[in-house]
Amino acid sequence: MSNQKKEKHTISVLVNDEPGALARVIGLFSGRGYNIDSLTVAPVNLSKKHSRIIIVTSGTKIIIEQIIHSLERLIQVKKVIDLTSSNSTNERELALVKIIPKTNKVNLLKKTVKKYKAKLIFNNSRKYAFEITNSPSIINSFIIELNKIGTIDVSRTGLIAILKE
Amino acid sequence: MNGAKIVLKTLVDQGVDIIFGYPGGATLPIYDELFKQNKLKHILVRHEQGAVHAAEGYARSSGKVGVVCVTSGPGATNCVTGLADAYMDSIPIICLTGQVPTKLIGNDAFQEADTTGITRPVTKHNYLVKNVKDLEKIIHEAFAVAKSGRPGPVLIDLPKDVLNEEYNKYKGKSKIKEINFKPTTNLDAGLTKKVIQLILKAKKPIFYCGGGVINSGVEASKILTKLINKTKFPCTNTLMGLGCFPAIDKQFIGMLGMHGTYEANLAMHDSDLIIAVGARFDDRVTGNLSKFSPYAKKIHIDIDPSSINKNVKVDIALIGDVKKIINSIYIELIKKKSLLKFNNIEKWWNQINTWKKKNCLGYKKINYPIKPQYAIQRLYELTKDKDCFITTGVGQHQMWAAQYYKFNKPNRWMTSGGLGTMGYGLPAAIGAQIANPNKLVVDVDGEASFLMTMQELSTICQYKLPVKIFIVNNRWMGMVRQWQELIHGGRYSESYTESLPDFVKLAESFGIIGLKAERSTEVDKVIKEMIKIKKPVLLDMVVDQKENCFPMIPSGAAHNEILLGPEDQTDETINEEGMVLV
Ligand SMILES: Cc1cc2nc3c(=O)[nH]c(=O)nc-3n(C[C@H](O)[C@H](O)[C@H](O)COP(=O)(O)OP(=O)(O)OC[C@H]3O[C@@H](n4cnc5c(N)ncnc54)[C@H](O)[C@@H]3O)c2cc1C
Ligand SMILES: Cc1ncc(C[n+]2csc(CCOP(=O)(O)OP(=O)(O)O)c2C)c(N)n1
Repeated sequence: MSNQKKEKHTISVLVNDEPGALARVIGLFSGRGYNIDSLTVAPVNLSKKHSRIIIVTSGTKIIIEQIIHSLERLIQVKKVIDLTSSNSTNERELALVKIIPKTNKVNLLKKTVKKYKAKLIFNNSRKYAFEITNSPSIINSFIIELNKIGTIDVSRTGLIAILKE
Repeated sequence: MNGAKIVLKTLVDQGVDIIFGYPGGATLPIYDELFKQNKLKHILVRHEQGAVHAAEGYARSSGKVGVVCVTSGPGATNCVTGLADAYMDSIPIICLTGQVPTKLIGNDAFQEADTTGITRPVTKHNYLVKNVKDLEKIIHEAFAVAKSGRPGPVLIDLPKDVLNEEYNKYKGKSKIKEINFKPTTNLDAGLTKKVIQLILKAKKPIFYCGGGVINSGVEASKILTKLINKTKFPCTNTLMGLGCFPAIDKQFIGMLGMHGTYEANLAMHDSDLIIAVGARFDDRVTGNLSKFSPYAKKIHIDIDPSSINKNVKVDIALIGDVKKIINSIYIELIKKKSLLKFNNIEKWWNQINTWKKKNCLGYKKINYPIKPQYAIQRLYELTKDKDCFITTGVGQHQMWAAQYYKFNKPNRWMTSGGLGTMGYGLPAAIGAQIANPNKLVVDVDGEASFLMTMQELSTICQYKLPVKIFIVNNRWMGMVRQWQELIHGGRYSESYTESLPDFVKLAESFGIIGLKAERSTEVDKVIKEMIKIKKPVLLDMVVDQKENCFPMIPSGAAHNEILLGPEDQTDETINEEGMVLV
């Protein structure tokens, strides 16, 4: 059973927004040695006090099945969806990137930003900050390119996705 | 009405009449309210771990929820072992812990501990009550969580200001809404039919039944027994399942697993159909997973979807309560009267009977020293008509009790299976005795296990509980000594139980009657005397120091590589892969 192939899965977990809910979900991963590659959490239904946690993890098919069943067992968990195995949208992530470009690379910066359709959100003297929404891998390459242009600082949300139906 | 009073009233609304606990600063408001009422009886233990084990013994012997009340900080941390034990063995417990006032939480206040943080991994769920208006609802919800689905411990952390606060909107019993937690089942006619087909076709079938049957209630055991009797299939039980199918039934072939019988383990290995009922394919049961039951189709009945395919991949999973699922299989099966001949399993029984002839639980009987197996066999023979409740510590004595005491009803056997907590026996016996005041309750203990929680002798004395303490005294941490003998070249590192007390005098100092036996000829006499005395008795049964527990499947080995006795021990008993396992 253990020599099966590992796959990456994005799992959406709808929880009651109560103290300890996030701790229980994360504890389930750390306690059993499962990986968390990315994690986002935010309220999605204010009146019902529901939050959605989106977790990217990897494991064999059986491990993923275990993770989902163990999540479903938690009292505060309302619904668990394996977005990777269902019909969901492409994964999206938002990143804010601040950069101080080398003086000779300002033009290259402008070209790169245009290529990636990133949005300027502020510019004061030599500092620029951009916002980019895209798939995590495209954001990765955006960051790699900017890294060559100057000194950067990055904030990323972690990825999210949603069911199509 | 203050929060403390609401707590007690709500417990009464839930049908609670016994609490096991120990007071302290943070729970003083609860203890003050306890003093003023007479519906709830409080049992004062001598250590909070004992309170949880006592509540477990109470729950397991009665089918009810066990309730614990302890103070903040050290009171709560002392409960952690008990909670972990209840979590592993799926026992419904409510644990009320005191907490520092809400305003001081996080300030390193006196006797503050992050109780919900510490206990999160060992509870099914836990709550920190921050507002007195949520108190009643949370307590009801906690009971529903503890009992529903796969049962387990639930902790409620109660800050002192919440307990003191006045609140006048207590709703009361009539307003309790039935809360139902995630009752999942996938039972349908199609699946049942598939199961029936496998049952009718099988040539080497076996029922493998566990603690889930006990969790499902007394009725579940009855229906399961009817079903198994109808099929004529052999049945084996896990350590946790003992009693869910009568041990004296002809179809019972003993416990399976590391210290299970030869016939049960070989039957599991060779079978072509395993029907697992409320059992979780624990590693003590499966042995080496890659060699586990290579030829069998597997049907797994379990209420917890995360138990399915956890260790062993199964062919059919039936998710839901044992009682309901077994009942629907039974009803479907008896419709097939014409097919119910089961001629094709005759050969299988012949094979099993040949294995049985090995007499794997045989041992050499001698007068001195007493063989531990003999002591437990005699305990069984002399108490079998008394509907006896047995608890244990952890070690060889626990395994011998499982092998030689025949359990014919559910809820009569209480042992720490999943966590293997030494010290479980004595407090669990207290709980069982309180739930069953007129029954015979015997703690079959190891001397080392007993020393871990023996402060509860004082509790036994205070409440005049006629608990019998049957110490299988081999003066070693026998199970550790056995592994050191088998795996570590006989280097007996730190496993001798030095400086033991004089158990008879120890008992007497608590006002408990102490008895002792050292020869087989004395065994019957002391056991009869122990039973006759209607008071607590401690029996120091001094047994052979060197006896090992067989059969044994060494870790890392397969079911058919079982050792039957000392003559099977070789240098290669355990391979390197097995050495790393526990
Ligand atoms: C020293 C030592 C030696 C041991 N040796 C052995 C050994 O030789 N053999 C052995 O068997 N064990 C042995 N054990 C015990 C072992 O560690 C496990 O505790 C035990 O095997 C688990 O039993 P179980 O599979 O019945 O599961 P349990 O822990 O009792 O779990 C019950 C299962 O049933 C499910 N369930 C609960 N309620 C319901 C319901 N209402 N309906 C349907 N399903 C339900 C649960 O989800 C769970 O999967 C030993 C322990 C110790 C300490
Ligand atoms: C709290 C705890 N500590 C350590 C162990 C490891 N352990 C398992 S069995 C055992 C020896 C038990 O000795 P005893 O109670 O005398 O029983 P015996 O095996 O001799 O029958 C030990 C130390 C345990 N199970 N629980």
